[in-house]
Amino acid sequence: MSRESRKGLNRRSLLKSAAAVGAFPLVNISRSWAAEETIGNYPAGVKGDSVFVGVIVPLTGAYSAEGADHLKGFQLAFEHLNNGGGLVSKIPTLSGKGVLGKKIVYKWADNQTKPGPAVQAATAFITNDKAMMISGCSSSATAIALEKVAQRYRVINMVGGSGANETTGKDCQRYAFRSQPSAYMAAKALAPAIGKELGKNRKAVYLVPDYAYGHSVFDSTSKFTEQQLGWKTVGQQLCPVGTADYSSFLLNIANSGADVFVNVAFGADSVASTKQAKQFGVLDKMKMIVPNLSAFQGKEVGAEIMQGVYGTLDFWWTQAETIPEAKIFVDAFEAKYKYKPRWLAHIAYTQMLVWADAVERAKTFNPVSVIKALEAEHKLKMPLGEVYYRACDHQQVRAVPVVVGKKPSEMRNPEDVYKIVGLTPGPDVVPPCDSTGCKLPSY
Amino acid sequence: MNWSLLWAQLFNGLTLGALLVLVAMGLTIIFGALGVINFAHGAFYMVGAYAGYVAYAATHSFVLAVIAGAAALLLVGIVIERGLIRYYYRRPHEDQILATFGLGIILVEAVRAWFGGISQRLPVPTWGTGAVNLGFLYYPTYRIEVLGIVAVTLVVLYLVLYRTRLGLIVRAGIEDQLMVNVLGINVNRTFLVVFGLGSMAAGFAGVINAPIVTVVPDMGELVLVQSFVVIVIGGVGSFWGALIGGLIAGEIISLTAIVQPAYSEVMLFAAMAIVLILRPQGLFGVQGRQ
Repeated sequence: MSRESRKGLNRRSLLKSAAAVGAFPLVNISRSWAAEETIGNYPAGVKGDSVFVGVIVPLTGAYSAEGADHLKGFQLAFEHLNNGGGLVSKIPTLSGKGVLGKKIVYKWADNQTKPGPAVQAATAFITNDKAMMISGCSSSATAIALEKVAQRYRVINMVGGSGANETTGKDCQRYAFRSQPSAYMAAKALAPAIGKELGKNRKAVYLVPDYAYGHSVFDSTSKFTEQQLGWKTVGQQLCPVGTADYSSFLLNIANSGADVFVNVAFGADSVASTKQAKQFGVLDKMKMIVPNLSAFQGKEVGAEIMQGVYGTLDFWWTQAETIPEAKIFVDAFEAKYKYKPRWLAHIAYTQMLVWADAVERAKTFNPVSVIKALEAEHKLKMPLGEVYYRACDHQQVRAVPVVVGKKPSEMRNPEDVYKIVGLTPGPDVVPPCDSTGCKLPSY
Repeated sequence: MNWSLLWAQLFNGLTLGALLVLVAMGLTIIFGALGVINFAHGAFYMVGAYAGYVAYAATHSFVLAVIAGAAALLLVGIVIERGLIRYYYRRPHEDQILATFGLGIILVEAVRAWFGGISQRLPVPTWGTGAVNLGFLYYPTYRIEVLGIVAVTLVVLYLVLYRTRLGLIVRAGIEDQLMVNVLGINVNRTFLVVFGLGSMAAGFAGVINAPIVTVVPDMGELVLVQSFVVIVIGGVGSFWGALIGGLIAGEIISLTAIVQPAYSEVMLFAAMAIVLILRPQGLFGVQGRQ
């Protein structure tokens, strides 16, 4: 019953956004009379002394904790770009007085962890607020939808949290850039570490959320563990996003004969599934690995369960102890928000700086010039070391941290959940350009 | 065919079903007696879990957490019945759905604003930790205890509904509200008590479920959907309907998981569709009831 009524509401809002989409091309045509070349919101969006950026994050739904962290990263980045401070002072092109002398103005919208509301919000930012760039998300379903919006309106999209291979694979877009490691990169970085810890010839069973991200992680992780470690994949349990009770899946997993449990569930789902796996004795019989650790998973599940669990993350705050750029970011974030930044804040913060640097190097907000500046593969020093976007698929080439859960006795404070066992260099883990299935559309 | 897995999933279906019965019961009592479709039921369940979490954090007693969750929701139910629901008894179902749906959103977002989106932990009570070896199955102790808790709760509810004067009025109200009015019974007060009890049942279910699921602001969303499926299968407003409907739903989820886990939820809706086609009033429902 409720499901039907919700669909009804969604259908209505979808119709609304469809109407908005339908109306927009007319506006575009009228604008092309202008003497200057018009691309997306350029030059209309840069006439004043400020430029607008639209931020779209999940503040409700299964990934809302991630979304709140994401948003704080954006806020810190804009504060530093406008007023100086943080990593902005370390990047020669950035002045700390806005970008190309223009202040960044931004608004944020809640995408409810769903593509529909995300597309609606992005469309409003682009058409009403003349956004020169959009960013955000946290779920690959949302990310892929927003990439299409960006391409359609020719507005740059610095994709936020998204781990599916398709984001820079078959669904890649000329106007979209993704910094999070793809499932492929995470799996390739993780395989040697778990091979060393767990050995060869293991049998693995997977719990997989049933959408693009889950399928990507399953495909890539099973591929690398089979090829590099000789593991056998003995089962895959597909579960819907937002499942509350995993008992029936866990019974199958317990019964699968596997000795490694690969948990792909994300956000609030990762917490429920891990907790229940412990209750069902699965974690006593099998070693758990989590190819992509959720932002707050360690803290929410607790060290008693997470100790010894291997996984990867986009970023972990203890990198501040070895990388000066990471220390600048973590310290600035913690001073403002009173907790250690998670990896979604890191994605937001660094992507805004990389974009601003590209605009400064292009010396214009013209999106085609900015895209070309990003595609020039100019290297920047960031909290992960040097990073750049590949021209062939717009995936950021960056190090992938591999971590293991600490024992409660090893933790120096409640946030000290993981030990970094390796920082795998980006060039070693990115897929070959011709294998991604990405065909970038025109500028 | 792997027989031990079949037995395991059959047993799991029973405990899964017991949890569904627990959350669906409050919904069916309120709908049956008051004719109000309470779309805030999932949010009530969530608020109950958070009340239990807060009480547990303060006292470290699971029993006190359960009492706090139930008591908090009794209070919430009474306030909301007096402040909102009573104005909707005579209005169309669409209005009730909109009002309670909106109420649910307000509750969920208020909790999110206060506690944040990060999940909170309400651990399994000390008497429920570990797992039991049932011979054919290694099963969490707490889930087996939940079976007992649900059984006791249902017996209490049964006694209240079938052995007290209040229960008589409630059941009469389910059958024919107008006649109860005509007989000069103060239905206003009865309605208040029924709504309070239904809400309390949701809060109780929230705390009992909290050590198993994650305590997050959105935890009630799925519960609401599944509760509706349960009472539609069982027959809206029927005590036995909610009981049998819940157990059937639990078995459907568990047994489908043996064959194709991704379809468990879909099969639940398929079962509901079949019931709606063959017996629109539900298995235990009465035809033509308003």
